[in-house]
Amino acid sequence: MSTATVPSTASTPSPGSAPAPSLLRLTRVELRKTSDTRAGFWLLLVVGLTTVAAVALLLFAGDEQDRTLANFFAITQLPISLLLPVLGILLVTSEWSQRTAMTTFALVPARSRVLTAKVLAATVLGVLGVAAAAVASALGALLTPVLTSHSADWSLSGAQVGQVLVAQVVTVLVGVAFGMLLLSSPLAIVLYFVLPTVVTVVSNTVGSLTWMRDWLDLGTTLAPMYDGTLDGQGWAQVATSLALWGVVPLVAGWVRIERSEIG
Amino acid sequence: MISVEHLTKRYGAQLAVSDVSFSCAPGTVTGFLGPNGAGKSTTLRALCGLTLPTTGTATIGGRRYRELPNAGRHIGVLLDAGAQHAGRTGREALTLSAMVLGVAPRRVDEVLEQVGLAGKPAGKRVGKYSLGMRQRLGLASALLGDPQVLVLDEPANGLDPEGIFWMRGLLRGFADRGGTVLLSSHLLREVEAVADRLVVIAGGRIVAQGGSEELLAGTGTLVRARDRGALAAALAAAGIGATAGSADSLVADGTAEAVGLAAARSGVPLLELRPAGGDRLEELFRSLTGPSAGGAPTATAPQIQETRA
Repeated sequence: MSTATVPSTASTPSPGSAPAPSLLRLTRVELRKTSDTRAGFWLLLVVGLTTVAAVALLLFAGDEQDRTLANFFAITQLPISLLLPVLGILLVTSEWSQRTAMTTFALVPARSRVLTAKVLAATVLGVLGVAAAAVASALGALLTPVLTSHSADWSLSGAQVGQVLVAQVVTVLVGVAFGMLLLSSPLAIVLYFVLPTVVTVVSNTVGSLTWMRDWLDLGTTLAPMYDGTLDGQGWAQVATSLALWGVVPLVAGWVRIERSEIG
Repeated sequence: MISVEHLTKRYGAQLAVSDVSFSCAPGTVTGFLGPNGAGKSTTLRALCGLTLPTTGTATIGGRRYRELPNAGRHIGVLLDAGAQHAGRTGREALTLSAMVLGVAPRRVDEVLEQVGLAGKPAGKRVGKYSLGMRQRLGLASALLGDPQVLVLDEPANGLDPEGIFWMRGLLRGFADRGGTVLLSSHLLREVEAVADRLVVIAGGRIVAQGGSEELLAGTGTLVRARDRGALAAALAAAGIGATAGSADSLVADGTAEAVGLAAARSGVPLLELRPAGGDRLEELFRSLTGPSAGGAPTATAPQIQETRA
């Protein structure tokens, strides 16, 4: 506690000479932030456990002919697509609810660099989620002949892997976009789940609004991607629904954070 | 080197900070004083790029904060001790900052040691910290990048007397090695022992600034009589200006000799006659922070600047 241990500051170089933190470093920091709090740790753990549970469910309770690697892979995406966006939301909103934005932006005054790092970190989380699902699915396929009378089916199309990756990354980024727009954990999480559900219910109930379900309901447009069966028009429908739920809130939130007052 | 020039910040119709200018030189500690809501935090946030000023500039070493590529290596900032995630440990919060700054991980242990949080407290979650511990963590975070400039908003808040004494020594040492320190407070007593310069803000305007010795010394004479009205009349008759001091005293614009003679001439017996010391600044401060200050600190400000000059 003695002040004599303070390193001398007189000889340090003039302002502006220390290099800015690289985007890679900032992304690593953001990734670390998702897991170094109790909430983040438990959320990640729950994602892992539900993924394993999904495999177990199909293994022991599913139809025999469904116990294929492709099916395991598809079903494990469900808990991940449900929970990872929450992690994406918290990646942004915790900075405001825990007031760390002040510390974060005082260290990195170029706010868009922090936001870019958050988007990159969320992308990595999406990819890691798919990787975890793949491991759990492989485990399921491996155990199928051991625990059941069914033989293992290891077929898995490249299209399915690729489309699942895109779908999961998109889903996490929609969470990040909601977080950026609303800057409040409870508000962003509730609206993230409620608003799309409302759109789904309304467009399924009102006969004249089926175009809404086909073009604006992200849950509906992304669904074929989990089996790798998205086709030409499907991509266009993913694009329009993503524009509504992802791009618009992301851009609006980004601009607002750039201009807003912190603290 | 901190330089704030003609800084104005307006929120809608409300003027939070108006034409604030001051500078802080290397090797000095500047106390930024003012009542709560006077515009201290707004000024400091504008300096640190967290608030965009309506007009005016704030620079560190000639550059705006937002232009500093790795800001924490040049300027250590503690604006709010509560700005840490309650779910992280103190060490983890510093480790994240150290990663951003690009300093060696051992710096985390060094600053933890320096602020007295090494060992067990470092592993506790910030949510379990007392306010004093959070202030120490905030200070550790500010020191992490080995900066040349420190900007601290109410750093003594929540510290015990021993902690305040310790922090004074730390800031003094930092300035004596050529560092620049700007710290705000709403308590004069908290900063007068460590500050070389004082900048006093009230109602968003600078109402006094200068060397703390010069400001605290004052120029007047404190005088007290049983009958304050008669004393005031005696001084007025002798052409000596006076303002109300603490308790029932007056602070007169004259030497002790002149004041004593004036009182004797009018036959007013004195109870006390001495140099006013820092009472003027304290009075100024009390008038700004006291309950009587109300919502019109700007009304008292010009008058106080006159008496100072």
